[in-house]
Amino acid sequence: MTAPLTPNLTPSESGNSAKSLLRFITAGSVDDGKSSLIGRLLYDTQSIHSDQITAIQQTSAKRGLSELDLSLLTDGLQAEREQGITIDIAYRYFNTEQRKFIIGDAPGHEQYTRNMVTAASTADLAILLVDARKGVVTQTRRHTYLAHLLGVNAIVLAVNKMDLVDWRQDIYQTIRDDYLAFAASLGIEQICALPICALKGDNIVHASRSMNWYDGPTLIDHLNRVSAHRDRSENPLRFPVQRVARVKLGNGAAIKNNDLNKEFRGYQGTLASGMLVVGDEVLALPSRLAAKIKSVKLANQSLPHATPDLSVVVELDREIDISRGDMLVAKNDLPETVREIHADICWLSEEPLHTRRKYLIKHTTRTVRCLFSDLHYRVDVNTLQKHLKPSDIVMNDIVRVELKLQQPLFVDHYAENRVTGSFIIIDEATHATIAAGVIV
Amino acid sequence: MLDTTQIIIENQNHLNVDDQSRISLSNANQHLDWLESEAIFILREVAAEFKNPVLLFSGGKDSAVLLHLAYKAFHPEKIGFVLLHIDTGHNYGEVIEYRDRIAQCYDSMLHVRSVEDSIRRGTVRLRDPLESRNAHQSVTLLEAIEELAFDVCLGGARRDEEKARAKERVFSLRDEFGQWDPKNQRPELWMLFNTRIRPGEHMRVFPLSNWTELDIWQYIEREGIELPPLYFAHDRTVVRRGEILAPVTEITPPKPGETTETVRCRFRTVGDISCTAPVESTAVTIDEIIAEIRSCKITERGATRLDDRASEAAMEQRKKEGYF
Repeated sequence: MTAPLTPNLTPSESGNSAKSLLRFITAGSVDDGKSSLIGRLLYDTQSIHSDQITAIQQTSAKRGLSELDLSLLTDGLQAEREQGITIDIAYRYFNTEQRKFIIGDAPGHEQYTRNMVTAASTADLAILLVDARKGVVTQTRRHTYLAHLLGVNAIVLAVNKMDLVDWRQDIYQTIRDDYLAFAASLGIEQICALPICALKGDNIVHASRSMNWYDGPTLIDHLNRVSAHRDRSENPLRFPVQRVARVKLGNGAAIKNNDLNKEFRGYQGTLASGMLVVGDEVLALPSRLAAKIKSVKLANQSLPHATPDLSVVVELDREIDISRGDMLVAKNDLPETVREIHADICWLSEEPLHTRRKYLIKHTTRTVRCLFSDLHYRVDVNTLQKHLKPSDIVMNDIVRVELKLQQPLFVDHYAENRVTGSFIIIDEATHATIAAGVIV
Repeated sequence: MLDTTQIIIENQNHLNVDDQSRISLSNANQHLDWLESEAIFILREVAAEFKNPVLLFSGGKDSAVLLHLAYKAFHPEKIGFVLLHIDTGHNYGEVIEYRDRIAQCYDSMLHVRSVEDSIRRGTVRLRDPLESRNAHQSVTLLEAIEELAFDVCLGGARRDEEKARAKERVFSLRDEFGQWDPKNQRPELWMLFNTRIRPGEHMRVFPLSNWTELDIWQYIEREGIELPPLYFAHDRTVVRRGEILAPVTEITPPKPGETTETVRCRFRTVGDISCTAPVESTAVTIDEIIAEIRSCKITERGATRLDDRASEAAMEQRKKEGYF
């Protein structure tokens, strides 16, 4: 009853090898085989240890199953097993020689919109599973729409359970063409379709022997190669200031044995886009004062420049008033400074919107108060139809709204910048994160 | 045969490797740079948004990595966190020596609170003087949080360690009882962390959430982070209990009828003596350890944690009770 344990992917022998990171989500309706797919990916890439395999062998046997149930690998908490449901997003990890992968595994129940939006917010790629017997269904369109809304531009359409349709090419092609027509209507750019059988492992890590008509990549080949991460170094500079580090000589705030010979004042943050280049002139917002970059450092290492995603500390050549929530930006390409934003929001809270209440909005490192000034329309995620002027917003709703801000924010469109184009909304009374939004 | 249109709209230059390396972070191990940057962002967010943060430093490898990251996050400022170790009283001497020396190296104030004190106060009662004190740490931790008025605890827990951890948030809210409520967690989107708490509540923050055991070792190697000697192969007196090597110490003597032997071994996790076991190993360098982990077929906790073996949901239960 055990699947073979022999390693088919030889782990690299050397200690370190060049490796990039890919974060993806898997989406499908309840019985599309999502857990089997993830289990299979982990199992066939040798990411599962023998004690975990023993545990699922025992459970499989207890349940009277004749084969190893790989979906048990993603079985979560006791509370979930008791109720037979999945409560929450789980994150899973595996490596190949080329890449480290992080899977955001969101459950497919009523709260799906909320969970999928959450998982998609940090994903570069989405695997959409469809059952070959059912083809593209409402959920497929819903998941595609949500992935697209959250800026996940690379999609893998995995037509699963090909064994149950006798591995037929025409069925696969019809589903693929259906899906491509739909995805094209949303403007999705990067799609890879492939026929798989997650249960038996066809085209996941090993090429299928039952579908000789298919000569494309296996899922893992594609995941290893695909470039789903957008290059944001060519975009205009956006450096939200997270903290100001101020060290004076002899005030005890400096680390021991430092090589400081004078006062240090630096701006800590993680680069959202563009390049921080020593010598470049930048503008600080909201003051709009200009300064040149004197140094870019990561601990005691001075860098000539920093690329997006890197956490650094920046020194400027002159003292200007900058604090947390301010932003260093490209001198000739500013974000919009706004007191009003238009956004698509996903409502995450069980408590509906109170239109007259003020909420907190956290955008980059800045938190301000906001008011819902207009509700333009709600998107029915199943039909993608817009319902104008909704009277309320409840959990899992996707709504185009207008927000008024008490203080200005420095924003870009989400399509251009996922960092400066996104925000969350917090209820000041309950402290709950009640909504997430993308700026349009 | 199907033509090659499976990849329908795949943009050609997406597969250009040179292009990829240009845009990426600085060196070969891009994934380590990314993990490092993410952890630094989280550490700075904690420093910026909380009043009284504490970093839990046990002398184990994950907390050593966390402390090193804190150093990098704030340089040239001192690390803005005090350190706390919950001492079960059953720790290896080498680890305690390492803990004190490293805390001093980083010029950080170290608080030590011991389960022994909780026993004396009567808040922890042992059924058996030699029983594992690991689970009792939660009580002492909560007492320390209250006494020292911490509003946030930074810990080195990782999601790949255990399946209850896979569902933990990076910023995880705890009530006065330190309870983790898996059904009532705040959604976490992008890098926008909701840090709000009420009086009496505190936050647990896990900057290493997205790291795996292999990432940790690769990072230790790259950064040259010092570890207690227990992590490297050494000769040790043990008894074999099934697949487990139980170390023989004053507090964990052999049971009647058991024979002791000397085995070349190392620890994969270092914690309370009564519940961490070594694994047979000849790895004396980090390179050798990494090679071992890559070919290893047993999880870190499965191999060495006697406390998680009790039941499938052991960790989940302890976390609900305030455990890390």
